[in-house]
Amino acid sequence: MTREELLQKVKAQLNDKILNFCELSPKRVYITVPPEDAFEACRFLFEECGGRLVTASGVDTPDGIEILYHFGMDGQGMVLTVKTKIPTREDPKIRSIATFLPGALWIEREIHEMLGVEFEGHPDPRRLLLPDDWPEGEYPLRRDFKGVEG
Amino acid sequence: MKRTMIPLGPYHPLLEEAEFFQLYVEGETVVDMDLRIGYQHRAIEKLSENLHFDQVTFLVERICGICSTSHPIAYVQAVEDIVGVEPPERAKYIRSIVGELERIHSHLLWFGLAGHFIGYNTVFMWAWKYREPVLDIFERVTGNRNHYAVMKPGGVRRDIPPEDVPDILRMLEELEPKIKMFVDVAMDDPVLHARLKGVGVLTKEDAIKYCAVGPTARPSGVAIDVRRDHPYAAYDKVDWDVVVMEDGDVFAKAAVRLLEILESIKIIRQCLENMPEGPIDAGIEEVPPGEGIGQHEAPRGEVFHYVRSDGGNSPVRHKVRAPSYMNIPTFKATCIGESIADAALITASVDPCYCCTERMVVAKDGKGRTMGWNELLRLSREKTERIKKEIGVEEPKWDLPEVSFRSRR
Amino acid sequence: MSIFTKALKKSIWVYHMAASPCNNCDIEILDLLTPRFDVERFGILLVGSPRHADALLITGYINRHVAPRVVEVYKQTPKPCVVFAVGTCACSMGIFAKSYNAAGPLDKLIRSVDPDALIVYVPGCPPKPEAIISAVVKAISAL
Repeated sequence: MTREELLQKVKAQLNDKILNFCELSPKRVYITVPPEDAFEACRFLFEECGGRLVTASGVDTPDGIEILYHFGMDGQGMVLTVKTKIPTREDPKIRSIATFLPGALWIEREIHEMLGVEFEGHPDPRRLLLPDDWPEGEYPLRRDFKGVEG
Repeated sequence: MKRTMIPLGPYHPLLEEAEFFQLYVEGETVVDMDLRIGYQHRAIEKLSENLHFDQVTFLVERICGICSTSHPIAYVQAVEDIVGVEPPERAKYIRSIVGELERIHSHLLWFGLAGHFIGYNTVFMWAWKYREPVLDIFERVTGNRNHYAVMKPGGVRRDIPPEDVPDILRMLEELEPKIKMFVDVAMDDPVLHARLKGVGVLTKEDAIKYCAVGPTARPSGVAIDVRRDHPYAAYDKVDWDVVVMEDGDVFAKAAVRLLEILESIKIIRQCLENMPEGPIDAGIEEVPPGEGIGQHEAPRGEVFHYVRSDGGNSPVRHKVRAPSYMNIPTFKATCIGESIADAALITASVDPCYCCTERMVVAKDGKGRTMGWNELLRLSREKTERIKKEIGVEEPKWDLPEVSFRSRR
Repeated sequence: MSIFTKALKKSIWVYHMAASPCNNCDIEILDLLTPRFDVERFGILLVGSPRHADALLITGYINRHVAPRVVEVYKQTPKPCVVFAVGTCACSMGIFAKSYNAAGPLDKLIRSVDPDALIVYVPGCPPKPEAIISAVVKAISAL
């Protein structure tokens, strides 16, 4: 499948769910979808387009927590990123993609402990990197994180 | 059958990084496993937000000592992605040369450790001895044996002067026949065949589901390599092959790494021959608002950096994803069903760079029995001895030549 | 010189512990065993348990998760022992000093348990194997 064919296929499938389709360069495409459609977009890219989940980046912004799922489309030589913004910083939730993609198990745990996002349906939402005595409710990658005592 | 838990780690002498593996065993077979990590977490992504874009290069270099230049290559490419600038041609060639030299030293390092785990101490000494000339070249060309500080957004910081080129070529010329001989001996050794083939198999489906990368995915038939799929630096200007195998076992993982050393030597030679004259720095002054992605094929697989800028001096967000983050969870698929004598080897076969990802696993024992790492290594070596006896080989037929490299001093 | 420090000068058994390192110092330490440096000919042996060690080679900037374990290992090592802070991270935390997960540097941690501990600093990122050997030799001669 060529690059153009892939992008056509993605546009056709995701259609009205796409809020913004941005081709920054031939190698970099960013597709913005609402949080409730991120699961379907990721599933489609992984199962039907041969996408490989590279990782997911969580970003704290003033009006919500943004999650970017980066998919390596190795056959087409580009990285296709599914961007979604959960519109609240208080108790943000999104559906977990680890239910069909074991490669996402760890990164969702990490975003959960670093940014406080709850991944609904994640089979194993334990801490990943932070020590056991790290206090609850302190999310290091949030912009207003001040540090922890001790 | 009673289930027992065996802790693998922490702080065992030859797996330098602290990690804890929890193995649940029934009899001699591993039935489940868990990993606990966090012992190396250094908050690098947060530290980046308070450093200037140039300073972050030095920070990410210290994510991992073994694949020390891999993170800077990916990071500077992410910044160049935001700015929309390509480094000059000569800089691209230098990046490839340094990246491939690193691959050689990293694979040799792994090789030595793997030999030690199965009880071939000669292999450990030999592999690390042959690593030394590579580190000498690094010191000559970049100023340090490790942590080379060569990369910068826009190009490279140091040139490779023409007087260094003959020394690099001579080092490769001395190294190549030794690696080739080693490959022949290793691929034919009946004890290694019996010990490593069929052990710790990662199927192609699992490699895809876990999104494994690099020499963890390629031996399982997943033909991905960032240097070919998303070309950067000088990799699309030279002739080389992606090494892929089908079996997915520890033997295939070892073979892929050995053959990759030979490919790296090929790449470095072509780069040195074809490297054009010219500037080595595109001179990035400011980073505009935007987001960028950089990738590099590190010795362990794909390194990925995502950087977001708001036009200021520091990244607003810097996401680092090292290859071992995707490769280590494949243990769940490869360890289960194997014997505990192979557990040590299977954990090592992924070439885990814990500091890139930092992991740890703890096991608690149901009936109070614990087995430390030393004991697991002992089991691994005993299995090798058993196999030697079955095959009827008394001494391993390693006829490794005495080393006569010239020390720089 | 006490009888114990005299005994230490014969041959020195070291226990290597990686406490949140980037691993570079650790591979330079392992390099000491390999044919170019071959410290075993000086009687310097890497042992598998702190209980057999005369010296601790500790690398890394030490984060909150690992700090209690460093203290534990120090307590298990029979005294007298020498603690080598190998690498800039162990000496002073280096570029990771402002990390939210920091619990070091090493000397602060060890002195909180034993104010009279013998600590030797080997700075470098990483210190060359020659520097580590030199540090061990200097420390032994100074004892």
